[in-house]
Amino acid sequence: MTTENTTRRGFLRTGAAGVALGVAAPAYLRAQAAPLKIGHLTPTTGFLGPLGEYAQMGIKLAVEHVNANGGAGGRQIELIMEDSVNPQTASTKAERMFERDQVEMIIGEISSASCLTISQVAARYGKCFINTGGNSDSLRGQDCNRYMFHVETQNSMYVNAEGEFFRSQDMVDGKNWYTMTADYAFGHDLLSAAKAFLDANGGVLVGDDLVPTDATDFSSYLLKIRQAQPDVVALNLAGTQITNFLKQYGEFGLDFTLGGFGFDTVSAWAAGAQNFSGTWPNVWNHLVPNDASQAFVQAFTDAYGKPPENQAWGDYNAGLIMARAVAEAGDAGGDTLVAYLESDEAQFDLMKNRKGYFRPSDHQLIQEIYAITALPAGEAQNQWDIFTTSEPLPGADQPLETLAQSVTGGTCTL
Amino acid sequence: MLGLFIAQVLNGLLDGTYYLLIALGLSLIFSLGGIINLAHGAFFAIGAYLALVITPYAGFFGALILVPLIVAGLGMLTERLLFTRFYRIDPLYSLLLTFGLAMVIEQGLRWIFGASPQSYNMPDVLRGQVFLGDFIYSRYRIFLIAVAALAVAGLWVLLNRTSFGRIVRAGVQNPEIVGALGISLRPYLSVVAGIAIGLAGLAGVLLSPIYTVHPAMGAEIITLAFVVVVIGGLGSFWGVIIAAVLVGLTKGVLVAVGLSSWSTAAIYLLMFLVLLVRPRGLLGERILRFE
Repeated sequence: MTTENTTRRGFLRTGAAGVALGVAAPAYLRAQAAPLKIGHLTPTTGFLGPLGEYAQMGIKLAVEHVNANGGAGGRQIELIMEDSVNPQTASTKAERMFERDQVEMIIGEISSASCLTISQVAARYGKCFINTGGNSDSLRGQDCNRYMFHVETQNSMYVNAEGEFFRSQDMVDGKNWYTMTADYAFGHDLLSAAKAFLDANGGVLVGDDLVPTDATDFSSYLLKIRQAQPDVVALNLAGTQITNFLKQYGEFGLDFTLGGFGFDTVSAWAAGAQNFSGTWPNVWNHLVPNDASQAFVQAFTDAYGKPPENQAWGDYNAGLIMARAVAEAGDAGGDTLVAYLESDEAQFDLMKNRKGYFRPSDHQLIQEIYAITALPAGEAQNQWDIFTTSEPLPGADQPLETLAQSVTGGTCTL
Repeated sequence: MLGLFIAQVLNGLLDGTYYLLIALGLSLIFSLGGIINLAHGAFFAIGAYLALVITPYAGFFGALILVPLIVAGLGMLTERLLFTRFYRIDPLYSLLLTFGLAMVIEQGLRWIFGASPQSYNMPDVLRGQVFLGDFIYSRYRIFLIAVAALAVAGLWVLLNRTSFGRIVRAGVQNPEIVGALGISLRPYLSVVAGIAIGLAGLAGVLLSPIYTVHPAMGAEIITLAFVVVVIGGLGSFWGVIIAAVLVGLTKGVLVAVGLSSWSTAAIYLLMFLVLLVRPRGLLGERILRFE
């Protein structure tokens, strides 16, 4: 698909989304079909709020594009969005969306704990829940669920991608690693995946500090890291803690190779070109050089005045995937959609080189991901393009499931 | 190893400075008007966002002077329009008021600037590190601590060496007598609220180059500032300073010995122990009208 349009209207006219996904339907269907109600839940306040804001922008744009191209199998999508706040509230709101609003599915989330509670409600109603931001391995392992699908990549896959990158730089075997781990489920999850990777590849963990979730100052930790003189410093942190760390890492003049196992582009942008450093894994970023990605970046920038963050990619693509699923399966019932999404024909264009598919055994979207590397401070042209993106991982010569082979989180029985 | 430990202790001592400016303001507003200002952190966030807006025009150092003044102005306005109605009634109402105000400000910032954190850099002159033997420290933090120390010293002089300060201190202890002497406390209350909230604004400018500027940054810092005030003793100038140092030290030492996951819990444990022995805090004064 090649689109050269520079305006959103142009983008819509060509029907880029529709062409890519084949959701357009004959006009006679459009007239009579009932709207397809989709619920969207994601945290828009609290420490995940910045990502939630991008998630909402992404899903809104997806719905706009799908509707402009004839809807999902002829049905116009009606979007109901709410702040999921926390796991308990997320569960209550999911219940209300299925019960009162009669939504056919729920898309969204970033917090893995909220993913779990929403997925339980969805399973009770026999409707699909599409996770666009929860990384936890156990959601794909012991907590997996027949009606839950994961567009977001899981922790182990990020660890394996980031680890592969460092291995290609000869920074793993026999090298000393120092990790900083957020002291809650997300961080511990990443740490165990990171330990598994280091053990398997000869890396040595010389230090790990558990960081309380409300810590904002890292000076004490930085003094310790400086004393330890590791080869690589790797973060299992999230959100503003990554940004704070990046700013203070530069402030204290540390220059050990830096990276991390969980990351969102918003943390890099918040740190700014002056402070952003290291190499970080990413499900997608706005510099991925292909026509579909750049058309999306253009449409998003036209709509919101800034390029999309990886979270916007997640919710936008989840919207398109589910619109196509409803069109192809001919029905939005939970079991019908599960059967379709698990089938062989459910291959999705994800604005990446290779198409992706949901692995039937755990419903993880198997896809290429990326590693981004900070540009030296002086080389950034603007506040957004402050890094370069790697080629898709795994490389073209390796099977797509390479990164998802060794994962933690228990066994999934659907 | 010993060198590292000493470095950690030093760093811990300095770490307390970051909450000091906010904690002192909180303590000041409470001791004079009896208002527990839960919106204090929100004014800190306003300070950081104003720094973001003003720096392109006036530079970092311009922002460092202008922002505290603007925030102090906002503080006086808040005192005049809102606090005055709550001085004489149950503190529960002012708690609700300032809690609401904090949420309004946080959402306001989110509305104007978006939820995404904003990037803000330190000026190039303050970039870099200082080496003192084995001890490495950031040049910017030394500047930060110096400015904070200057502000605290200025506040001390104002409260203890001027006629303004004498009336404020008398007003803390016994507003009725001050009134009987024919002095109206109202303008003093406004100015004190302005200074206290202005200090939060100053902290906002000072911390934005090393912390993340985002709408919820005030909520992030307010709890610890409260803990410092409670440990030090409400209304006590030196108590708050000692408590800030103790809190920083506790955190730093626990990280140094590898118990970082306990570093936050230990601060609350410290508060618990202090309150067990001294219910008014370390140097808390007996303020008659709050008994």
